[in-house]
Formats: sequence, structure tokens, C-alpha cells
Amino acid sequence: MKLDSYQTEGFYDELFLADGTPRKEFKSLVDRINSLPSGDLVRRQRAAERNLMHMGITFNVYGDDAGEERILPFDLIPRLVTAKEWAWIERGLQQRIKALNLFLDDIYYGQRIVKDGIIPEELILSAKGFRKECVGLAPPRGVWCHVTGTDLVRDGDGQIYVLEDNLRVPSGVSYVLQNRAVLKRTFPRVFRGLGVRPVSDYPGRLRAMLEDVAPDGRGPPQVAVLTPGQFNSAYFEHSFLAQQMGVELVEGRDLTVEDGTVFMRTTAGLERVHVIYRRIDDDFLDPEVFRADSMLGVPGLMEAYQRDRVTLVNAPGTGVADDKVIYAYVPKMIRFYLGEDAIIPNVPTYLCWDKQQMEHVLDHIESMVVKPANESGGYGMLIGPHASASEHEEFRQRIRSDGRNYIAQATLSLSRVPTLIEDQLEGRHVDLRPFILYGRKIYVLPGGLTRVALREGSLVVNSSQGGGSKDTWVIAAESGVGATSGGPAS
Amino acid sequence: MLSRVAESIYWMNRYIERAENMARIVDVNEHLMLDLPPGLSAQWAPLVAITGDEAEFKKRYSGTDQDEVSWFLTFDAANPNSILSSLRAARENARSIREILSSAVWAEINEAYHYVEHLAQTQAAPHHAFLRNVIRASHSVEGATSATLSHAEAYHFSRIGRLTERADQTTRFVDIRYFMLLPSPDEVGSPTDDLHWTAVLQSASALEMYRQRHGMVQMQATVEFLLVDPDFPRSVRSCVSRANESLRAITGTRSGTYRNTAERRLGRLAAELDYTSVEEVIIEGLHEFLDSIQAKLNECGTALHESFFAPQLTTRANAAEIS
Repeated sequence: MKLDSYQTEGFYDELFLADGTPRKEFKSLVDRINSLPSGDLVRRQRAAERNLMHMGITFNVYGDDAGEERILPFDLIPRLVTAKEWAWIERGLQQRIKALNLFLDDIYYGQRIVKDGIIPEELILSAKGFRKECVGLAPPRGVWCHVTGTDLVRDGDGQIYVLEDNLRVPSGVSYVLQNRAVLKRTFPRVFRGLGVRPVSDYPGRLRAMLEDVAPDGRGPPQVAVLTPGQFNSAYFEHSFLAQQMGVELVEGRDLTVEDGTVFMRTTAGLERVHVIYRRIDDDFLDPEVFRADSMLGVPGLMEAYQRDRVTLVNAPGTGVADDKVIYAYVPKMIRFYLGEDAIIPNVPTYLCWDKQQMEHVLDHIESMVVKPANESGGYGMLIGPHASASEHEEFRQRIRSDGRNYIAQATLSLSRVPTLIEDQLEGRHVDLRPFILYGRKIYVLPGGLTRVALREGSLVVNSSQGGGSKDTWVIAAESGVGATSGGPAS
Repeated sequence: MLSRVAESIYWMNRYIERAENMARIVDVNEHLMLDLPPGLSAQWAPLVAITGDEAEFKKRYSGTDQDEVSWFLTFDAANPNSILSSLRAARENARSIREILSSAVWAEINEAYHYVEHLAQTQAAPHHAFLRNVIRASHSVEGATSATLSHAEAYHFSRIGRLTERADQTTRFVDIRYFMLLPSPDEVGSPTDDLHWTAVLQSASALEMYRQRHGMVQMQATVEFLLVDPDFPRSVRSCVSRANESLRAITGTRSGTYRNTAERRLGRLAAELDYTSVEEVIIEGLHEFLDSIQAKLNECGTALHESFFAPQLTTRANAAEIS
């Protein structure tokens, strides 16, 4: 396998400079790949895929009667991040999560940011994720977004932006851990040589965070992961996290609320549950409060939550900040709550509820990406440069009739990473989803899920739409040999 | 432990044990039929009869030759008790409780299922190596369970599932003789008959252990060995008695006493088998006795369900108090 003939083709490449030479921090990986005998990389890739299948690390394909399971397409070539760049990303994410959490706490109690005229009230009340049932609540430690999976992208000029915040039930962290397990076996020497920062302590940190946000009470709290069940596409992750944390994995039918307290049904009777890491959407949590047709939730759960008998992670109502219109205000939130400038910028965003900005979008739709404010998974969006004239026209009409629910952004030229396609290495566009935990303090997992658009030229990295994943290696900071060494001076 | 999880562990193990026994029975019958004296035609229909799925079989198959019966028992996805269906059900259960299994147990079950599923799509008929592999996979799961799962509640529910299924299957092996057609009643006790009981012992992997204990193969000693031998791990008595021990390891209830229906029924069945005389059983009717044991095992299953898997929530008030 040779990377000698690899072309960056004018895109920003995470591994190579524009002139085709490897970035100096990552040269040892490129050298290792170049030294592998022909066909070796493909064999390693196949072996890794077989291993994932045997271990049942699969997701369910919706709408498939045979209940087909597939492994999430996975690519052996990791995406690397330098220590310096990671330090910047980490600071930026901590700042952003802190501000977003203050925002959530504020809009559900006081709405200072509305009163001060920073964000119009109508935008908040019209956001799909705003839950009036949460007004006035004060979750333990004031934390609302305990687990966040922020999507970052890098544009052609090398600038990193926040694309989305994902404060509801972000998924993908199990793939980070599994990809890492595979890659350690694939490139052990390079891995050691580069000093890649470990990710394996995530389950332990997740559990500690969950225990930290338990309602006040005696003894160690009982923690459970709430899953919609084994036919959910992310079921593997739910069971994996419960297993790795050593806590119960429960379905709605395993829980019952008695007298405002949540219990699970066990072989020895009912046992109290204090903290629920719920992996189901707000809508399905409690049929008595939200969707009455939900079979996944637990009647009475919201009442128990409102009475501080149980902590829900993430807190209901965080979806308001996932609204892509609200997203556009995050830099202003950071200024308002923290008095700082945003470290990692937003992608410049046009809000179609504003007449002037809408006109701009309508005029330039061919060059823009248009997104509905409340969808996820890459659904319902228009990538202007890749769309036909009739699609442009269709979206113009949608925007005119429902401006509140559309935003538009300039089409970014996402950075690329070499990716094994058939038996060749070709550049493919990527994004990066780091995972952030917020309990006593804010912790950013070093690395995250690098998602890759496997189709040539595609900018859509979602697994539901032909995306795959890569391991992300954050290089440890130079240990500074010499500067800190002790011993007698000679 | 969650009631739903306990139930899934129990069924996961029952289904794996069921697949193993199906493999045993197909394998042994194949050998038995090859050893039959000339003039006796091969008999595959009894295999369907002892599984209790005759109606299902007749609906979809025209004859009862080896190909048809062995396909029905191994790869037929529409037969809920085929090896393929049993392993699929075992894996579905395992998948719903992966978080409490060790990776070793899960990987064994997952691989066994993928192996059988792949063969079902590519093979015309099950072969000997396949049947051995199914048995071996089941042993691997049992070994991984014993070696990597904490010997606590989950482990004991695993054992109860495995052992009650095994007890039930062993009664069916013994009963197969009832469904076999003999040329004349004189054949009872003949060399053909001994051949049959040898095959039955083989199907339970019991021949060597039997020989150590009883020597020559003959009917009454075989029945005694498979039903009430205290030490052989596939005898009905041994299975029931160890399932009963696991049940008491879960609840802490002293042997000889009971606090719920499951303990009462399983304890009573264990005691009955402890004091069963095979001589009497044969005089009074072996087939009827085996039927009654199967019915009692079913009752134990129902009682486990009521006591542990779907308990009436009478402990509500209590739980609220102690929490």
C-alpha cells in the first residue's frame, strides 16, 4: 500500500499538506502505511470487519424485515489531531457547553437573555424542543446537558467550526471505543510512538458523572440506562455503555412510578432508581405528559422528575438549544453569559425568519446548504451545489412558507482524510464529533467520532446516509524531556 | 436483577440446550439407521414425534425420509424448535441482555448463530461435522458461562434454564423407543433392541459413563441411568436436583422448605425423582411416566414465570419503605 500517489486534489487534508507531503506530526503513520506489503491494509480491514461482526457490534437497518444487522462502515486509517489543536478545541468546547447550559438554566427560569433582548422570545417558544413542563425546574448541580456530542467541521482554509451542538441524546461514543480497540491492534507500534491519548476511561467517567448528579439522598445512587429496546438502531451502544459502566439496562416496561418515585421490577421485587441515562427522546419519555401513544416511556416519570426523585440525563427540554435557529445565537450566548468571545466559531448562518436574510438565501440558494431547524440525521436538507433547479425551486417555496424553520449556510469544503476505497486510498470528507460530559465539571473526551462520507465527493457523513467512521487520535502533548527531569546537576 | 433480564437468561440457555439436543438426536439416529439389520427400513418419523411438532411437520412435508426430517430439525426456519430457530431465539435473548453477559458468553452465542445461519443458506443437508459443531458451541457457551460469569443470580438463572431443558430433552431421548416400530413384540430384548438403547445412550453422550457403571447395555439399566442416576450430569434426576440447588442459591431458601410456587414444584419433583424405582416405572408404563415428568417440568416453568419473571407487585409498599 502506497500513499505516494495520494492526491489532496485541492482540498484541506488532515494528514497531508497541499504539496502532498505528510504533516510532520503524523509522518510516522504515513511511513508505516507505506511500509505495509501490498494488500496488507485490505486484509487488516477485512479482519477488523469480521471481528466487529463476531462481537455483534452492529446496528439495525430500519425497515428491513429480515432484521438485517450491519456493522457501521469503518475505515482503518485514523484521523489525527495535534496536541496544540486539541487544546484549542477542548477550551472551545468547554466554553460553549458552559454557555449552552447557562442558557438552558436561564430560559427555564427567568429568561434573562430574552428580557435583555439578546434572543427574541418568539424564537424560544416556537422551538420544537422547548418544554413548558420544565419551566421553573432546577436539576441537580444546575446541569441540563450532561452528555453532548458537538459536531465540528473544518473548511477548506483550515478553520474549524461548530456545525451542530446535539444536546438531546447524541450517539456514537461506543464506536469511538470499539474503533480504538481495533486500531490499537492494527497499528500498535505507530500508536505507541505517537503517544495517542486514551479514550477507554469514558465509561468510568460517564458513570461517575451520573452518580454525581443523583438527587440528594442516602447511599450510592442506583443508575440505569433507559433504552427503547433491541430493535432501536443504537441498541448496541445502549447495552455496551450499560455493560461497561456496570449498571442496569432498562426498558420502559421494566420501570414503574409509585407515589412519585421510580422503581425497577426485579426478581426480588421493586428497587428504587435514582438516575436514568435515558436514550429515548423527550417525546417518548412519559405518555401522561408527552406523546400519549408512547410505548417506550414510563407513565409518571416526569412527575417523579419534577419532584426531584429521579435525575434524567440529559434533562428534558435541552432540545430547545438544538434548534438550528437557536444555534445561530450561541456566540451571543457566550458573550452574554461569560463575557467572552466564542473560541470556536459557528458556521456563518442565515436565518430565514428574518426578511432580509431570507431574501439573501433565496437569491443564493444554488451555492448554499439549507437545513430544516429541527431535523437530525441529515434528513430534509438541500445541498445547493449538488441539487437540481427544481429542487432549488422546491426549497425556495418551503422557505417562503415557513421561514422560521429554515436556516442556510455557505457550502463548506469539508476537509478530507485518506480512506480505503476498494484497494486504493482516496480522500473522503469528514467531520468530528467529540463527546463532552458535564457533572461536577466539564470533561472533553480526547478524540471523538470522525465520521466520513464514503461516497466520492459526498458531504453527508450520517450513518443513515452512507457514512462510516474512523478512529480519532489526539496526540499527547510533548512530555518536555529535560525541562522537568530531576536529579543532581552535573 | 431485572425480571425481564432473568427471564431472558433463562430462555437463552434453554434454547441453546435445545439446539444441542436436536443436534444429538439427528446425529445418533443417522448412525443407528446405518446399523439396522437388512430388511428393517430406516425410521425418521419418531424424531419428529418425540419433539412434539408432528402437526407442524405434516403441514409442510409430504414424506418422512432422512432428508426431510433432518432438514426440519436443523435448518428449517419455520420450525420453532429447529437448531436454526433455537439459536436465533437464544441470540435474540442474549442480545437483549448483553450488558449483563460477559463478552465471552455473548461472542460464543453470536458466532454459533452466524455459523448455523450461514450453513442454512448454503447447505443442502446437515452433515456430521455441523452437528458436532453445534454441540461443541453449546458446550463453549456453558463453559464460558461457568468460567466468566460471576456465580451469582444471572449464573443461577442460566443453570435453571439449561438444566430444566436438559431434563426435558433426556426424557424425550428415552421415550423415542416408544415411537419406533418393531417387526414383532419379540424384538424387545433382542440385539436390535440393545442397539437401540446404545444409540439412546450415545445421544445423551452417556455411553462411556454408563459402561463404567452398568457394563452391558440393557433396557432397564439404561432407563435407570438416564432418569435417576445421581451423578450423571444429563440424567433427569441430576438436572432437576441441581436446578433446585440453583433456585435456592438465588432465594436463600433452605432445602426441604419453600417460599414460593417455583420452589415448591421444583423441590417436589426433585424429591420424587430421588425416590423413584425404575422397576416400578417400567411395569406401570415408561411412556406415561415420561409424559408426567414433562408435564411437571412445564409446571415448574410456569411457576418460575409467576414467582420471578412476572411477579405480582405485592412488594410495592415494602419497596417504598425500605428505599
